[in-house]
Amino acid sequence: MSTVETWRSLLASEDLNADEVVTHVRVRDVELPLGAGTAALITLDNGFDHTKPNTFGPRGLLKLNDALDQVAARGDLAAVAVTGKPFIFAVGADLKGVPAITDREQAALIGRLGHEVFRRLGELPVPSFAFVNGAAMGGGVEIALHCAYRTVSSGVPAVALPECFLGLVPGWGGTYLLPNLIGAEKALKVIIDNPLAQNRMLKGAQAYELGIADAMFEPADFLEESLLWAARVLTGEVTVDRPEADRGAAWDQAVANARFAVEGKLHGGAPAPYRALDLVAAAKSASRDEGFAAEDDALADLIMSDELRAGLYAFDLTQKRAKRPAGAPDKSLARPVTKVGVVGAGLMAGQLALLFARRLEVPVVMTDLDQGRLDKGVAYAHGEIGKLLAKGRVSADKAGRLKSLISGSLSKEAFADADFVIEAVFEEMSVKQKVFAEVEAVVGPECVLATNTSSLSVSEMASRLRHPERVVGFHFFNPVAVLPLLEVVRAERTDDATLATAFAVGKQLKKSCVLVRDAPAFVVNRLLTRFLGEVLTAVDEGTPLEVADRSVASLGLPMSPFLLLQLVGPAVALHVAETLHEAFPGRYQVSARLRDFVASGRPGVYAPDLSIDPAAAELFSGGDRPSTEEEVRQRAVEAVAQEIRIMLDEGVVTAPEDIDLCMILGAGWPFHLGGVTPYLDRTGVAEKVTGGRFLDPGVASLP
Amino acid sequence: MPRIARDVVFVDGVRTPFGKAGPKGVYAETRADDLVVRAIRELMRRNPALPPERVDEVSVAATTQSGDQGLTIGRSAAVLAGLPKSVPGFAIDRMCAGAMTAVTTTASGIAFGAYDVVIAGGVEHMGRHPMGEGVDPNPRFLAEKLVDPSALVMGMTAENLHDRFPQITKERADAYAVRSQEKYAAARAAGRISPDLVPTAVRSAEKGYGLATADEPPRPGTTLEDLAPLKTPFRVHGNVTAGNAAGLNDGATACLLAAEDVAAELGLNARMRLVDFAFAGVEPEVMGVGPVPATEKLLARNSLTMDEIGLIEINEAFAVQVLAFLEHFKIADTDPRVNPWGGAIAVGHPLASSGVRLMNQLSRLFEERPDVRYGLTTMCVGMGMGGTVLWENTTYEGAK
Repeated sequence: MSTVETWRSLLASEDLNADEVVTHVRVRDVELPLGAGTAALITLDNGFDHTKPNTFGPRGLLKLNDALDQVAARGDLAAVAVTGKPFIFAVGADLKGVPAITDREQAALIGRLGHEVFRRLGELPVPSFAFVNGAAMGGGVEIALHCAYRTVSSGVPAVALPECFLGLVPGWGGTYLLPNLIGAEKALKVIIDNPLAQNRMLKGAQAYELGIADAMFEPADFLEESLLWAARVLTGEVTVDRPEADRGAAWDQAVANARFAVEGKLHGGAPAPYRALDLVAAAKSASRDEGFAAEDDALADLIMSDELRAGLYAFDLTQKRAKRPAGAPDKSLARPVTKVGVVGAGLMAGQLALLFARRLEVPVVMTDLDQGRLDKGVAYAHGEIGKLLAKGRVSADKAGRLKSLISGSLSKEAFADADFVIEAVFEEMSVKQKVFAEVEAVVGPECVLATNTSSLSVSEMASRLRHPERVVGFHFFNPVAVLPLLEVVRAERTDDATLATAFAVGKQLKKSCVLVRDAPAFVVNRLLTRFLGEVLTAVDEGTPLEVADRSVASLGLPMSPFLLLQLVGPAVALHVAETLHEAFPGRYQVSARLRDFVASGRPGVYAPDLSIDPAAAELFSGGDRPSTEEEVRQRAVEAVAQEIRIMLDEGVVTAPEDIDLCMILGAGWPFHLGGVTPYLDRTGVAEKVTGGRFLDPGVASLP
Repeated sequence: MPRIARDVVFVDGVRTPFGKAGPKGVYAETRADDLVVRAIRELMRRNPALPPERVDEVSVAATTQSGDQGLTIGRSAAVLAGLPKSVPGFAIDRMCAGAMTAVTTTASGIAFGAYDVVIAGGVEHMGRHPMGEGVDPNPRFLAEKLVDPSALVMGMTAENLHDRFPQITKERADAYAVRSQEKYAAARAAGRISPDLVPTAVRSAEKGYGLATADEPPRPGTTLEDLAPLKTPFRVHGNVTAGNAAGLNDGATACLLAAEDVAAELGLNARMRLVDFAFAGVEPEVMGVGPVPATEKLLARNSLTMDEIGLIEINEAFAVQVLAFLEHFKIADTDPRVNPWGGAIAVGHPLASSGVRLMNQLSRLFEERPDVRYGLTTMCVGMGMGGTVLWENTTYEGAK
């Protein structure tokens, strides 16, 4: 029985993928220009607008198969062409059904169906064309790759094979067809490099330059010009010359280079990119059948991997929970913010002023007691706007507008008509309390007072105000413009209107907000400090720095512990560690070595060339109870599990999902760990340390 | 400073295939502005010698100027077509003579020296914008008997024309209509229609994307017997039927005009030269007779007689209106100078776009007929008007 038939009977008898949004396949004859004959033009359209893009589930694939049956039976066609609906070509497989898949045979059927249907496009008796009119990802790119020729619109915002980002491989022909089309080196950029670089996407023009498309046309009459081009190809007026993919040593070298880069990033922590590498390596000499069969195997294995299930869970968190924060009050309670005050003129204040001005487009006033510092702070923000202008990120008019929005004032009187004031002054309770009192003396009773503190108690900061209910924590991550997480802290007396306003502002700032309780260091810093603390303690005890730093490599974190320490700044890390030690003396130690290191004034243990600075290493030496890598890792992840359990019990966040979201967006912890709790569950660490799982089986793991 | 009027030439013109208006028409789910944008882009593509920034104006006509035909469509179409933002544009309206007026207005600007090169055209999506959409006639029209109640219904004005010219019978009108279909079919078969057409993408939620490559309205093979029994919706026992009138249609046109010296400088081919134009008003209830006084005025001013006109492209809103024109100028119903490739009865009449279709076709005819010096494009206009443009063939080699 063919896979198509198997699926047909499966769908007839079971309620599989019941919520599939079916992509319909419309076939219409078009008379090609230049007398080139009749083409069957296939339109992929799920019937919704561009906010719900076309995807391929089993029902949609069967519809495509039906359409191809219809087309293949015709003897009068000169060509077959595929295009999408307005603004969208197709964005790949519908993965909604994956979490329900429980056995490998079922998983294998997904890969086989895609191959069986898509490959027909490349095996028709007449030439096939893909007209990539809009966003194309994953299976959307692959259906185009199966066609004999491709055009792309210069207006396409995204062409990508994001599978490795989620924990899959482009398994409907991508790993075989793409390197054979454009060579291994370029293909690996698309299949591996981009997905592992925060899922970077190509624009239409870049896809064309890489050779993924044979021709590019402007969006205004893309379809007409694509059809004309197809006619020219058919009549021989246009010959498509593609550079021959280098099948010699360059192919192997490209795979080796990519493998080195993947290893440097993941240290074996996630299987998908390694499978993709193997597939691309094999595509050099494999036949089409062999290549596709290898993809089927890889897909089946990966679909049955916990890493993919965690990846899908993580992706879902970033797409859904990040946009609708759990526990946020009704957004109708939010008050409008028409002017913003920033207390302070330091680096953080400057970054905040720029962010608020760019996203809210309302006046932002910075204050400082010192004219020199104030001028410097405003100048910094204005300078950053100049950089945006130079890079073409904003127009001259926009730059003019933003600069005019950001001003400085020595007096807090300038805040009188502000609706939102955020402080970014020295991290000390008395200073912050004083600043808030001064601001409160000037502003109206409903003005929200936000603090960017990373470790102090927001409730205590608010306690001496006349209106403590207006105070909220607004904890950004550095660099403020880049990292997407914002921890919104509800203090003891914060009221719903204030909190709703904070969430509304956070959303306008294009940040993903997570509601956290006013607890020491909130979520990300609390967990990272605990994690780092265990590694540092191991070093204090005598574990060599290199061993400790390598110990957690297999998690595939964005950076090693000592690199993180360097990025955060040893002094800041020490300060947070001390704060947490004060709060939780039993669990948070302050490393004596770290204290010495901070005293030495060094920026970090790594030299600019990423070699370990021997003098720094010296400061972290000593101790007589060294641990192995394995022991350090175990102790670090167990500590994290313990801390998460305590945080959940304390109600710091409402659910483990929020912990994971914070770690993904604020610390860059990877999808294949699902943030962190899916990893702790699947390795048994959660069970061992806390006596139970964080998430039910199947939520972010195999059921 | 004394001014010298400059000669204006018609360089090139294109149009989308015309479609039938309504939910079953080929453009039912396609926007009007997309149609005219496609025409403008193709016009630019066909004339690569013209630097886009040299276009000084984009004038696009539409009778209904709201929705996708609103937003001062000449300008919005210019932006959507990807012309430089420095190129201005405007919308213009004289109902059926919209595109014709876009041409005469911008050509006047060229002659005056204010423009060097312009794009003029029109669009009407009568499916998305039915005739009379949103109109609110002043009650004084009827209260003070300024116009007859029939004046606002074009089919009724055509019936009125049969009253004024009783010798124009329904049979004559039907015979004229059959010939229009025949002439169009012959011209199409000879490959004379498609060079002006811009294949245009269409989309339907049900059928997916498609490509309009040919006019949808023509009914080749129409016979007198087919037409005889058709209903006369505008008057019981009347004369005007769907068969001897243009239908309700969707389509867009665009043409390129330039000062003759600028065309030469840029290496643009001048197909015909604008000699003069005239518009004239008539009683709105017999608007179909409008081309007569407009043409009389034009010929008199240029000291020409109808005998000196070698080709006439007259819009066929109604057969009776063409026949009234021919009667007046004592031209035979079958005179080969008149609409040699058929007219709007066959090809369709998307109101404001048609003027440029007439010009496209005349310019192609001129290319085939170097023995003809002068040609007319003329049309009747709602609210009682006619417009006529006199053109000179740039390939004229002298009478043979």
